Amino acid sequence: MTYKYESQRVAFPYFVAALGLFAAQILFGIVIGIQYLAPDFLFPAIPFNIARMIHINLLVVWIIFGFMGSAYYLLPEEVEGEIYSVKLAWLHFWMFLVGGATAVVGYLFRWHDGREFLEQPFLIKVAIVIVVLMFIFNMVMTMIKGRRRTSITVVLLIGFLGLAVFYLFAFFKPDNMVMDKYFWWWVVHMWVEGVWELIMAAILSFLLIKLTGVDREIAEKWLYIIIGLTFLTGIIGTGHHYYWIGTPEFWQVWGAWFSAIEVLPFVAMIIFSLKMVSMRTKKHPNKAALNWTVGTAIVSFLGAGVLGFMHTLPQINFYTHGTQMTASHGHLAFFGAYAMIVLAMTSYAVPNLRKKTGEIMSQKAEIFAFWTMVISMICIALSLTGAGVVQVYLQRILATSYMETQTHMVIFYGMRLFFGATFTLGLAVYLYDFFLLKRASSR
Amino acid sequence: MNRASARNMFIGATVIVSAIFLYMTVLSLQSLPERANTGNITEGVAWGKKVFERHACIDCHTLLGEGAYYAPELGNVIARRGEGYVRVVLETAAVQGWGTTRKMPQFDLSEKDIDSLVEFFIWMGKINTSNWPPNIEG
Repeated sequence: MTYKYESQRVAFPYFVAALGLFAAQILFGIVIGIQYLAPDFLFPAIPFNIARMIHINLLVVWIIFGFMGSAYYLLPEEVEGEIYSVKLAWLHFWMFLVGGATAVVGYLFRWHDGREFLEQPFLIKVAIVIVVLMFIFNMVMTMIKGRRRTSITVVLLIGFLGLAVFYLFAFFKPDNMVMDKYFWWWVVHMWVEGVWELIMAAILSFLLIKLTGVDREIAEKWLYIIIGLTFLTGIIGTGHHYYWIGTPEFWQVWGAWFSAIEVLPFVAMIIFSLKMVSMRTKKHPNKAALNWTVGTAIVSFLGAGVLGFMHTLPQINFYTHGTQMTASHGHLAFFGAYAMIVLAMTSYAVPNLRKKTGEIMSQKAEIFAFWTMVISMICIALSLTGAGVVQVYLQRILATSYMETQTHMVIFYGMRLFFGATFTLGLAVYLYDFFLLKRASSR
Repeated sequence: MNRASARNMFIGATVIVSAIFLYMTVLSLQSLPERANTGNITEGVAWGKKVFERHACIDCHTLLGEGAYYAPELGNVIARRGEGYVRVVLETAAVQGWGTTRKMPQFDLSEKDIDSLVEFFIWMGKINTSNWPPNIEG
C-alpha cells in the first residue's frame, strides 16, 4: 500500500521529530534513574528537578508531534481530499520543533515556570497555543473541503479541540494553592484520562480498519462506545485527584465510583481490537504495525486500567498517594497508551511514505525492538511497584522518615535502572532500523 | 446497537456527567474559604508560592502528595521539622546534601523569599486535607 494523496507526505517529518525527541526523553530518563542511585551524578549542573522536567516535557511534545503526524497521514484518506495547506503544516512543524527545543535548552539554563508538567515559560505556552490552533485550523479546513466526513475524523477533531481548550487552564495561576491544584488537574487529568484517549481511540480505529479490512461501520460504532465510556467515567473520575488536596470529602465517594470504572474504555479497546483482528478479511503484510496496534490496547489496559485501578480507591490511595506507586502506574500507562499508539501509526504509515513506497521490508529488528521495549517497560513498572510497596509499608504504616525509607528502596531503583537500560537498547535497535536499515533499503 | 445510537449515547453521557462535574466544582470552590483558609492568604503566602514555583520545587518534592517523589513531602514540613529547621535549610548558603541519598541545589534565596516560603508552608499545613498524610512523616 502506498500513500494515496500527495499531502500525506507532510506526516513524515512529524514522525521523525517524534522519534528524535523520544530518544532525548529516554536519555534524560536514564539521567534521573541514575540520580536515584548516585545523587552526585551531573549535580549541580543538571539537578534532578531540571532533568525530570525535561524528561516529561519531551514526552508530551513528542506524543503531540506523533498525534499531529498521525492526523496528517490519516486525514486525506478519511476525508478523501488533500490537506488544506501543506505549507501551514510545515510552518507549524518548525514552530513547534523550535519552540520545543528552546524550552528544553531554556530549562537547562533555569528558564522555566514552576508548576509540575506545565513548566513552560509564558511565551512558550503562548507559542504552543498558536501552534495547536494553526493545526486545528488546517484540520478543520481539510475536513470542510473533503468529500467525506467520517466518525474517525470527527472524534479526532474533538480530541484536539479538547487538548487546546483544557491547556488554557495552564495560564490560570491563583495564589490559593488548593484552587491552583484543582484546575491544574483540568489540564493534566482532562488530557491524559480524557481527550487524549479520544485521539488514541480514533487512531486505533483507523489502524484497525486498514490492517484488518473490516467494515468501517463496525469500527466506528466501537469508537463511539469507547469514547462514550471515556467521558462517562473519566470526567467525574477527575475526583480521584481531589481526595487529599483540600477539596470536599464528597469526592472520595464520587471519585472512587467513577474512577473505578475508568478501566472500562480500556477493556473496550482490547475487545475491539481482538474482535477486529478475528473478523479480518485480509492478512496485512505489515506485522509490526499490527503488533503495536494490538499491543497498545493491551499494555494501556495494564498500565492505565489495572495499575490505575489498584490505587484509585480512597481507602488504598490514602496510603499510596505520593509514593512510587504513582510513578509505576504513570510509566506503563503513558507508554502503553500514548507512546505505543504513536509507534503503531509510525509503523503503519512510514513504509507507505518512504521513497520506495508501500513495500514492507524485513521487520525482524522492529519486532525485536517492540518486545524489548514492551517487556522492559512492564519490568520498570513492576520495579517501581516494589519500591512503592516498601515505601507504603515503611513510611506510611510504620512512620519511618522519608530519607530512611528511601535507603531501603535502593534495590528497586537499581532494577528500574537496569530495565531502563534494556529499554534503551530496544529503542536503539528501533532507531537503527528506522533511520539506517530501512532508509538504505528503500532507496 | 448501531453507530448512530452509540454516538447519541456518547453525547448524552458527556452532557450529563459534565453538568454534574461542573456542579461539584461550584460546591468545591464554595468550600475553599473554610477548608483552605482563603482569608489567611497574605502577600507573604502568595510570594512564597511564587518562590516555590520559581525554583520548581515540585519537580523533586511533593506538596500534598503531588509532585515528584525524589524528596520529602512539604505540605506538613513545618509540623514535622519546625520552622527553625526549615529556615536553616533554606538559609544555608551551600548545596544541601543528605548523606549519600539526595542532593538539593542552593537557590540564592533573599530574606523576603525565605520568610515568604515559611509563611507559605505554614498556610499549607493548615489546609483541611481529610487527615492525609497518614502520619507526620508525610
